[in-house]
Amino acid sequence: MASGSDRLVYLDNNATTRMDPRVLEAMLPWFCEKYGNAASRSHKYGWDAEEAVERAREQVAQLIGASAKEIVFTSGATESDNLAIKGTLEMLADKGRHVITCTTEHKAIIDSCKYLESKGAAEVTWLEPDKRGRVSRAQVEAALRPGTVLITLMAANNEIGTLHPIAEIGALAKEKGVWFHTDATQAVAKVPFDVEALKVDLASLSAHKIYGPKGVGALYVRRRNPRVRLAPQMHGGGHERGMRSGTLNVPGIVGLGEACRIAREDFDKDQAHYRRLRDLLEQKIRSRLGHVELNGDPEHRLPTTLNLSFAYVEGESLIMGVPDVAVSSGSACTSASLEPSYVLRALGVGDELAHSSIRFSVGRFTTDQDVEQAAEEIIKTVNRLRAMSPLYEMVQEGVDLSSVKWGASH
Amino acid sequence: MTYSDKVLDHYEHPRNVGSLDKADPSVGTGIVGAPECGDVMKLQIKVNDRGVIEDAKFKTFGCGSAIASSSLATEWVKGKTVDEALTIRNTDIVQELSLPPVKIHCSVLAEDAIRAALNDWKSKQGAPAPSGAEKA
Repeated sequence: MASGSDRLVYLDNNATTRMDPRVLEAMLPWFCEKYGNAASRSHKYGWDAEEAVERAREQVAQLIGASAKEIVFTSGATESDNLAIKGTLEMLADKGRHVITCTTEHKAIIDSCKYLESKGAAEVTWLEPDKRGRVSRAQVEAALRPGTVLITLMAANNEIGTLHPIAEIGALAKEKGVWFHTDATQAVAKVPFDVEALKVDLASLSAHKIYGPKGVGALYVRRRNPRVRLAPQMHGGGHERGMRSGTLNVPGIVGLGEACRIAREDFDKDQAHYRRLRDLLEQKIRSRLGHVELNGDPEHRLPTTLNLSFAYVEGESLIMGVPDVAVSSGSACTSASLEPSYVLRALGVGDELAHSSIRFSVGRFTTDQDVEQAAEEIIKTVNRLRAMSPLYEMVQEGVDLSSVKWGASH
Repeated sequence: MTYSDKVLDHYEHPRNVGSLDKADPSVGTGIVGAPECGDVMKLQIKVNDRGVIEDAKFKTFGCGSAIASSSLATEWVKGKTVDEALTIRNTDIVQELSLPPVKIHCSVLAEDAIRAALNDWKSKQGAPAPSGAEKA
């Protein structure tokens, strides 16, 4: 392949993270030694498991400024999002069915809202973000109406890292008495996230984005001011205060708890590390390549995330040229669909630049060497592909690409 | 996305990358696709007195399969007469490169690029075309 190096560099930490070895160590006893069911009340196996789950609940709560009783364990952020939205709309069906959300949300939010819309169970206002991916308090306020029961806006966007003004919108929601859910999957452990400071009523999070295991997550459900109750979407033994039945994934929950404990303990160190490496990567690339556009908000952005469009180079071909660097593309062709990223489209990034976008996301285990190797390989490949790009050639000749009448689309 | 060895080979070692003088009457230029669709191909042919394509060059903005399709197209048209080149079908490219269904449009674009270049050349033979009369 394009590079001679066999050393793989992982810069896709917004997709998932390597599990922290400390997390694995905490989980191990809960598979073969302490395998009790946390709902078994009649013996030590069960008591031990329950104690471990409650300790994890406390650890999760501490990371986000909640109390332990406000944490509902789930299978991950997608389930948490589904439960928050469907559970709220069902619970508050007598009060109204209007939901306010945004076009750049994760599919778990978008598709849950669309599903309820299709069933006649919700009317949804889809806010359009500005060109950096943010919505404002004023936009949300303008969308409020009698019968608005839920505002759901992600704390940080997975593709571009843009942070919405969650605290301002939380304050608005509180004033208006509307429940406020935030998908905090990408935000927790990366930016300060405190449910009291932000005045959120529901918050989704996932273990595998914060160096924990896959298949486990949590939903924060406020207990006071207001007391939020959700209609369960999973029926059964009445676990998790009746909001989410199903035998608890004890090892996973222990892992999530430990991941949260570490995230809290190492928060400052992690933050500084992310920011330094992310900025180093951007600086290295920009110092040697022109026509590079940042997608997202340069200021209100996750410290881990760098989404760049390399003009005149198509994203999939760029990824193909850097097989040793794990990144993701907003381009059409990497996924089954032939559409470029709907998030970039919502920002008004032209399809041409959307097809040229690459998301880099650093993590706790990213090294300086990783960043240097990635930058080198990206620069080399962009230059190679530009040398065979008819668009780059035309621009060099002084042609304004927007003035060209292009042929029929395929 | 996994790529066939042939796609990888063309991507790594593209044949005939470059440009010919589009003002030259013996050169036909085809530019097809659109940036917002994620692929643009420019394919050029140089036709000698005997009607044989003696040189071909391409530049492509697009995924690896698009690059491979256009690279292969330049290889195939070289040495062919203009009429022979017109018989190249996108399905031949699909087969040669083992393109998956989602990449068939790349082969269609390559066929279109060959035809556009041939048409441009033909129009130049009828009457001296004004410079820059490339087919877009």
